[in-house]
Amino acid sequence: MSAVPIIPDAPQEQPWHLPSRGRVAMYCLILGESAIFIIFVVAYVFYIGKSLTGPTPQQVLEIPIFNSICLFSSSVTIMLAERHIEHNRIKQFGLWWAATIVLGLIFLIGTGAEWYKLIYKDGLTISTNLFGTTFYSLVGLHASHVIVGLIGLSLVLAFTITGHVNEKHSERIQILALYWHFVDAIWVVVFTVVYILGR
Amino acid sequence: MADQALPIRGTLDLTPAQSKRDGMLEILHDWITTVDHKKLGILYILYAILFLLVGGAEALFIRIQLAFPNNHFMSPQVYNRFFTMHGTTMVFLMGMPAIFGFANYLVPLMIGARDMAFPRLNAFSFWMTAFGGLFIYYSFLGGSGLYGVGNAPDVGWFAYAPLTARAFSPGNATDYWAVGLIASGFGTIGSGINIVATIFSMRCKGMTLMRMPLFVWLNLTVSALVLITITPLTAAQIMLCIDRYLGGHFFDTQAGGSAVVWMHFFWIFGHPEVYVLVLPAFAIANEIIPVFSRKAIFGYPAMVTASVGIAFISLSVWAHHMFTVGMTSASNAFFTLSTMLVGIPTGIKIFNWLATMWGGKIRFATPMLFMTAFLFQFLIAGLTGIMLSVSPWDWQLHNSYFVVAHFHYVLVGAILTAIFGGLYFWFPKVTGRMMDERLGKINFWLFLIGFHLTFDVMHIPGILGMPRSIYTYEANRGWGTLNLIVSIGAAIQGIAVLIFAYNMVISLFKGEKAGNDPWDAWTLEWACSSPPPSYNFATEPVVISRRPLWDLKHPEDPDWKYE
Repeated sequence: MSAVPIIPDAPQEQPWHLPSRGRVAMYCLILGESAIFIIFVVAYVFYIGKSLTGPTPQQVLEIPIFNSICLFSSSVTIMLAERHIEHNRIKQFGLWWAATIVLGLIFLIGTGAEWYKLIYKDGLTISTNLFGTTFYSLVGLHASHVIVGLIGLSLVLAFTITGHVNEKHSERIQILALYWHFVDAIWVVVFTVVYILGR
Repeated sequence: MADQALPIRGTLDLTPAQSKRDGMLEILHDWITTVDHKKLGILYILYAILFLLVGGAEALFIRIQLAFPNNHFMSPQVYNRFFTMHGTTMVFLMGMPAIFGFANYLVPLMIGARDMAFPRLNAFSFWMTAFGGLFIYYSFLGGSGLYGVGNAPDVGWFAYAPLTARAFSPGNATDYWAVGLIASGFGTIGSGINIVATIFSMRCKGMTLMRMPLFVWLNLTVSALVLITITPLTAAQIMLCIDRYLGGHFFDTQAGGSAVVWMHFFWIFGHPEVYVLVLPAFAIANEIIPVFSRKAIFGYPAMVTASVGIAFISLSVWAHHMFTVGMTSASNAFFTLSTMLVGIPTGIKIFNWLATMWGGKIRFATPMLFMTAFLFQFLIAGLTGIMLSVSPWDWQLHNSYFVVAHFHYVLVGAILTAIFGGLYFWFPKVTGRMMDERLGKINFWLFLIGFHLTFDVMHIPGILGMPRSIYTYEANRGWGTLNLIVSIGAAIQGIAVLIFAYNMVISLFKGEKAGNDPWDAWTLEWACSSPPPSYNFATEPVVISRRPLWDLKHPEDPDWKYE
């Protein structure tokens, strides 16, 4: 019975197009992740200025301008890489892709240096006060997303170097790039909240 | 069905029959490594039924404790653990897996797909959910280490701060709860992503969005809702872990943190969660009621709009759980009004179901009996909900047994009843055998009587002032008789659930052969054999109306001419 075709003899319609499942899934993931970030951002904003003890953001936070420029420009380099893979220019793709990874790494190192200064010089840890709790959890949540993104990007780079990537993979690569764009976009929010509003 | 069409050349499945699997190990290996949406759906349902029995047993113990005034059937500590675990189990380990079981099994079949969009993600999600559940239950052993003879979490299912702080919840029980829920939450999010991607990207030819069965529409809504409601819970649980393990201060009032923030975060998850659970119940009703009324669903576009509307409204009602916290009167008014607003789309749904039944040739088989009960009970649940949405009324009855009765009316009277109906309805498809109709009727009536005895009566001690979560009460309060009746009703429901489990097992082996389409239904899953082959459809179906099998059975009067 299962082999009976359920194909009606009725007017058939225009060609049948469905969205790519990978893209839909990535948008869903981004939607869910956004909700997580919203909760952490709301907590951060709600607790601005509610710490009972120091240090306060004004005393210890410096605006990470170089870091942020690196992360934002990684969105541009990954876009250029996407263009090249669409036209099967593997070499240029690999170069821009590697540049993206380097920019992401610089951002991570910058965050690490910032945390090192905060912990060892200013004595601010996650348990010092409310500012510490909300700061490390929000920035840390974003940094952990950068790490996950970098792992994904590095896998693609490894496959590119070993010659396994061609333009057939451009769809998948663009889906991964979508995640990276999301990580960058979130930094706009985190940057605004933590370093401008909260300071 | 269109038997005369057999055999059509090129459509028969010519793959050689697989050698019969034998040996427990091989069968077990098959089930554990499966990525087939049907097998995973069955696993989800079995997992849910297991925890229904466990959570139900916990409820019965709670009811024994409350049956008489000044009772000391169990210690207060054990009582706290039991009501915490009862709530957590029924919401996260029974409700969610049950709805994902239905969605997993049925959505690909209904949209004419081979499988879910991401079969391996699907398996991952199930095993994450299963791991989360077992992890939470492991706390019975490991909560304070085996030497301390362990204990389960005892902070209530909404785990208000500061109860969850290290000082008030020593040991690891609360951590098992938090981490277990994060783990099963990842599974839930994975499933949600998968179902949305499946529905958008795997539909068969001609299955436009407005031709999808309403079951699929509702599961699309639920899965999208899951993505933005489970994630806040995950975020809040991460904060709780930071507080407990790293000495953070999110919910620590002594360091300037706020316990109310936890309440907000929890209910931002918690209230939409109710709709995550009840919309799949609507989904089941949307399929069963038309089939047994022999009519197409009334007002399909209105039903779709109402479902999506409920999802949107549900995001802005959470603080009606917090009227007694002391919010501004503007927020009280806002959350009162937004909560009442839910009544409009749900009202549309109830009237549409009634209009579907109106003038239909109704057949009261067991699934339809459950659906009829669902309609009445959901209506009453909704009405007490509207009562509680009025903040002054809520100030009077907040956290009383009236509230407990209200939400059990939703969870048991609507959701569990619909799940029973759905299990009776799709059991023949899944196993190839009908469930026993006589046992089904006994199950239904016993459950109905038990349910009303328990939850109708439970409203009254609430109005008389009995608060929820109390260990015991004085004899002179006048709640004794009422609580005894409630407990007797609970026992009757317990018997009904056992009859259901017995019916399921006995029908699996001895049930009457079902055939492919025992209910004369109209959606695509009934075109497959029962149980469906692992590839679902040998040829991809093409759809030109909302009821493809109606078109096939009635070529002289097909639906597509009228849509």
